[in-house]
Amino acid sequence: MEHEKYFIKQISVFSENKPGRLAAIAKAMEEEGVNIFAFSIAEADGFGVVRALVNHPDKAYRKLTSLGFVVSFTDVIGVRMRDQPGGLYEVARVLGEANINIEYSYAYSGKEAAVLILRVDNIRSAIEKILAHGGSLMEAAFFS
Amino acid sequence: MYWDSKMETMDREELGRLQHRLLKTLVYRLYSFSPFYHRRMEEAKVHPDDLKTLADVTKLPFMFKRDLRDNYPDKLFTATKEELVRYHVSSGTTGKPTVVGYTENDLEEWTVSLARALTSCGLGAKDVIQVSYGYGLFTGGLGLHYGAERIGATVIPTSVGGTERQIELMQDLGATAICCTPSYLLHMGEVAEKMGVSIKKDTKMRVGILGAEPWTAEMRNRIQDWLGISAYDIYGTSELSGPLFTECTEQNGIHVWGDFAYTEVVDPKTGEEVADGEKGELVMTILKKEALPIVRFRIGDITSMTREVCACGRTHPRIMRITGRVDDMLIIRGINVFPSMIEHTLMGIPEVGQHFQIVVDRKHELDTLLVRVEVKPEAFSDKITDLMNLKAGIEKRLESALTVHADVELAEPGSLPRFEGKAKRVTDRRKL
Repeated sequence: MEHEKYFIKQISVFSENKPGRLAAIAKAMEEEGVNIFAFSIAEADGFGVVRALVNHPDKAYRKLTSLGFVVSFTDVIGVRMRDQPGGLYEVARVLGEANINIEYSYAYSGKEAAVLILRVDNIRSAIEKILAHGGSLMEAAFFS
Repeated sequence: MYWDSKMETMDREELGRLQHRLLKTLVYRLYSFSPFYHRRMEEAKVHPDDLKTLADVTKLPFMFKRDLRDNYPDKLFTATKEELVRYHVSSGTTGKPTVVGYTENDLEEWTVSLARALTSCGLGAKDVIQVSYGYGLFTGGLGLHYGAERIGATVIPTSVGGTERQIELMQDLGATAICCTPSYLLHMGEVAEKMGVSIKKDTKMRVGILGAEPWTAEMRNRIQDWLGISAYDIYGTSELSGPLFTECTEQNGIHVWGDFAYTEVVDPKTGEEVADGEKGELVMTILKKEALPIVRFRIGDITSMTREVCACGRTHPRIMRITGRVDDMLIIRGINVFPSMIEHTLMGIPEVGQHFQIVVDRKHELDTLLVRVEVKPEAFSDKITDLMNLKAGIEKRLESALTVHADVELAEPGSLPRFEGKAKRVTDRRKL
């Protein structure tokens, strides 16, 4: 099975938690003509991690690194959900029953569907379980 | 390689006799010609004739930095305007500036001391030495300039600043050694990498003569590994003349030329001499100084000394790495904390960059210690829990080293201040 086509390359940026840092990241994306599909901010004590799905992850990586940001790539998956009550439960239940841990997650509700972005501890197993239960996964190609 | 093998490897007893003779000459001269020192000796009820042996040096009164400040600019000088050939003025990082005067002989002694030191670091006439200490009132630039010229090396007098140009010249002129503060060299390494230049691979740099601020053995390891050079500690202060003494290629303590200076290490509280190998405040007497006498000067730097003969064969006493200053010791909730202890701990943590900042504050009547560190790009994890664990891990290591809790803040690489001269890493907001 080709798991890799479902591996979506997410960029993660380390940022101090202070005014203007998100603006600096977003400005860099604008200057490079990089479009952001989805993003989230996780905050801790004094710092945070900005995570985003973009159409040109490599371009975004180069630009942000050249500005001195610490950037890394993480493989995540995007699961299409039914955009109605119970949609999230279906996905979460499958992973929970398979004992796959969700490390973090965020979602967006777009033109096409509601999509749940997931970082899990076992990405291959997660892909298999979701597909086996009739779930639909976004292909990485969609974002480029 | 020795510059003056006879002097540098002189028998210890003979060296002691020489020091005793030089000390007596110095004290007789000061007793006769320095009103300040005459008065000090009378107050201490000591006469030059009391210096029966070298050990009697402890009968002499101490001199302090404040003596120089109180006698600003030149009231302590024992040379006439005709004899004086130069002034230097200290940076005044710990108060009002002090003025140091030099006679021709003073400059000569200073130069010879550095010629011996640079030779002991394996430098010679074939070397191209970039002097990136400030030229001007600060003693670092001109001092090393003349020392390097004396050994026949070619000097690039870049002084401090203009970092990109420094790196270009380092490459174009094939510099083999650099003299600067360790923090400036780190900054230079970073700027070079941004320019696409690796100091290790793209330059002929092989020796760094680094000092003018306290640094640690861990920082030395990092500099050596990263930049591909041998890094040697240099010591001196403007009151003593300027930078004077360095480690030799053994990298095991700084050789203090005994015919130049008489060295003591004392308990900062009692002024009593501590045993060799024990830490205390460095006290120096510059034996042949003419313009500005320096006798049992309490420098304020914390170190220890050894009189064992070095593996290089030099017999003169050595002082170990300066680990702090009597006056930059921070007292956090009653516990003595030296910034060097924090640096020492941080440099042992691979996820942390070279630059850090210490902020001391007082909240609800309680002292707080905040240490800001830069996360190395390769240590970055997308998971908050990993970063929180990193932060907690650094806090734990700091707490066990300092015995007081420090909050750690993770900062973006390149976001903490860089310094071209002496690093100012401590902000004590309690004084404001």
